[in-house]
Amino acid sequence: MAKILGGIATSHIPAIGVAMDKGLEQTPYWKDFFDAYPPVREWLYAQEPDIAVIFYNDHGLEFFHDRKPTFAIGAAAQYENADEGWGIAEIPPVTGETELSWHIVNQLIEDEFDITVCQEMKVDHGLTVPLTLMWPGHKYGHIKVIPIAINCERHPMPKPSRCFDFGKAIGDAIRSYSGNQKVVIFGTGGLSHQLDGQRAGFINKPFDLYCMDKIVNEPEALTKFTNFDLVEQAGSQGVELNMWLAMRGALQGTLTELHRSYHLPISNTGAGLQLLATSDAAMLI
Amino acid sequence: MSQVSHIPGNIMFDGPMATKGYPLNKMCYSFNNANGRKAFLANEDDYCEKFGLSVEQKQAVKNRDVIAMLEAGGSIYYLAKFAGILGLNVQDVGGLQTGMTTDEFKAFLVQQGDK
Repeated sequence: MAKILGGIATSHIPAIGVAMDKGLEQTPYWKDFFDAYPPVREWLYAQEPDIAVIFYNDHGLEFFHDRKPTFAIGAAAQYENADEGWGIAEIPPVTGETELSWHIVNQLIEDEFDITVCQEMKVDHGLTVPLTLMWPGHKYGHIKVIPIAINCERHPMPKPSRCFDFGKAIGDAIRSYSGNQKVVIFGTGGLSHQLDGQRAGFINKPFDLYCMDKIVNEPEALTKFTNFDLVEQAGSQGVELNMWLAMRGALQGTLTELHRSYHLPISNTGAGLQLLATSDAAMLI
Repeated sequence: MSQVSHIPGNIMFDGPMATKGYPLNKMCYSFNNANGRKAFLANEDDYCEKFGLSVEQKQAVKNRDVIAMLEAGGSIYYLAKFAGILGLNVQDVGGLQTGMTTDEFKAFLVQQGDK
């Protein structure tokens, strides 16, 4: 059966991609942020996953308001990035996967998550920045990606508890797949930030640290929040915690927290990085 | 969402706001395309007219008034694309909305770590 090795939660701020394009990783502003990533990459490379399931939110590249799904999954052999309008460099296509995608879709429908399926889908910085962070220099072509988009822009949006359950259904689907693939789950975005309104610049470090603490073994402390609570506590874009909760929902059993770091501010955001390994991950010495 | 007013300085982007903001957001969505950006810069008024912006939205665009654009139903995801045309990043936009200079806004962000 397919195995889930663990979950990685990471920020997907566009400025990170821009900084990497410009080679700014070791400049004073960025150094501490980027120095957190090598240990997570080392774990990832040593585990040799075949597939990455990435929870992200589209920021107006693929989905405009004319048709904006609450939950959408890709089932395509390849995904392209494209011009987002404000200058982040486009990156080479992302390798896709269809068999496990369709299996997940079938299982989700059985589980009463009636998801939108995309056989063609442009992926934006929400997905590409995490990929670039994990495999710098665009060396991600070998990993098969299953993109899963969650609406985090327009209210109403799925509740934190629902996102967690959605992730759980996806985790169950992966674990029931007859292949022997090794899968890693990504929760992207967050943590607290607010880009819009007179409240712009709001960041809540104590809340972010609370979330990173609770998500390991008490995610139910977070799933009790409403999206309104998240806006209040974490800013209007802090609802991106929902992608972390979907990732966490997909993990099962005893988890080992192998990394946790937090930097503020990165752009307008409190940026978290966290690695949770399952007992199906290889033990590394 | 009747809770909107409970968070000062926050303009909740919900269904009715998405209805109101549709022309403005659709125009800004077109800025994903280089031709859209070029056409806007060539003739702003014509371009706003083409997407059917309301009088309030046209005025907010003309004034580069981010708060007014949000109040007219703009979604920050799409307004960010507009900001890109103007050469503004999210710290510049943060400053514009809070009445700070960009440097003051950046310092404000750093201070959030002291809480």
